[in-house]
Amino acid sequence: MLDSLQLLGQKGLDFFQRLGRGHMLLLQVLTGLPSLLPRFGLVIKQTYSVGVLSLVIIVVSGLFVGMVLGLQGYNTLVDFGAEESLGVVVALSLVRELGPVVTALLFAGRAGSALTAEIGLMKATEQLSAMEMMAVDPVRRVLAPRFLAGFISMPFLAAIFSAVGVLGGYFVGVGLLGVDDGAYWSQMQDKVDMYDDINNGIIKSLVFGVVVSWIAIFEGNDAIPTSEGVSRATTRTVVHSALAVLGLDFILTALMFGE
Amino acid sequence: MTTRATEIWVGIFVAAGLAALFMLAMKVSNLASYSGDEGYEVSARFEDVSGLKVRSPVTMSGVRIGRVRQIVFDDQALQAVVVMEIEPHHNLLPKDTSASIYTAGLLGEKYVGLEAGGDEQNLVQGDEIKLTQDSLVLEKLIGQFVSKFMTEAGSGDR
Repeated sequence: MLDSLQLLGQKGLDFFQRLGRGHMLLLQVLTGLPSLLPRFGLVIKQTYSVGVLSLVIIVVSGLFVGMVLGLQGYNTLVDFGAEESLGVVVALSLVRELGPVVTALLFAGRAGSALTAEIGLMKATEQLSAMEMMAVDPVRRVLAPRFLAGFISMPFLAAIFSAVGVLGGYFVGVGLLGVDDGAYWSQMQDKVDMYDDINNGIIKSLVFGVVVSWIAIFEGNDAIPTSEGVSRATTRTVVHSALAVLGLDFILTALMFGE
Repeated sequence: MTTRATEIWVGIFVAAGLAALFMLAMKVSNLASYSGDEGYEVSARFEDVSGLKVRSPVTMSGVRIGRVRQIVFDDQALQAVVVMEIEPHHNLLPKDTSASIYTAGLLGEKYVGLEAGGDEQNLVQGDEIKLTQDSLVLEKLIGQFVSKFMTEAGSGDR
């Protein structure tokens, strides 16, 4: 009885310690951001590996998601004789929800896991300790540029995802199923609002960018420095990012679109 | 990978991201229809504006020529005042133009429809449209119909 209580207490304390370490790390990274300005090359290098290398998966997924939305939306709308509204359906679902959320999930799988594994291995092979020995702050040299790169890349990736998805819906709806070309675009422009929809989508993607990058660098930095520990940390990054993104998406949606 | 190639790729990435944002703004959303230059405002008083919202379209002959800017309640006259912003190049509307609130389709959203009169003078900034017709509320209409039906049925008994 007491043993199980102790276990519960230990787990609880562990959880709060991790939470505290996570926030301390975020604070350190944020205070380290200004020192990146004179060495922006570091950020550009990380943006390449985090953003540019994720482009292919984002573009391909965006295209297919848009095409599926086009097909499914058409099948439902045609029953009501409202297939002209296909553009609205595709654009609103992409811009408000699927763009930021699916991009964040893919980003966590493609870039977040790579960040965690890289930082975890640096820790396991004691590269981070070596840096500290040379009086180089690993938070500023290693973690901050990766965090900033993730934060910068996310909104661009989400925008590319949504734009490609709208084109994918266009190919299927207009090209394949014969929805009117003018109606697709004009109904979309009529119903999608720059401030309500697109700005809120961008805000969502910025929040997800912070969360996913934060989880990725924290798990990497907090990994047990063994090969097993790194592999566990990588798994945790993907799982926790996905949960955090989906949970936050609900809260953000309730705040933005709930009346 | 040399630094130069990395930087070029990041440049392409950022440019593609900005292009996508631009496309979302101009092609997907209604940003393009926000005219840059301010239009002129005219107001109209209605007894009932239920269903009309800020940014609802203002049309004439079915063509959108502006948007509803503001809907306020006048405490003195106990009426709703709808302020509409008309695009600046539509500046030849006659002074006795009338405004009505219509519904797009059976269940669609409400919009303000303007009908031109025959006055020589034109509406300008700050003018008020005098001739208005209220929004059609389905419940009221059914209520009227039912009460008329009831009185007719009642008189038929006698």
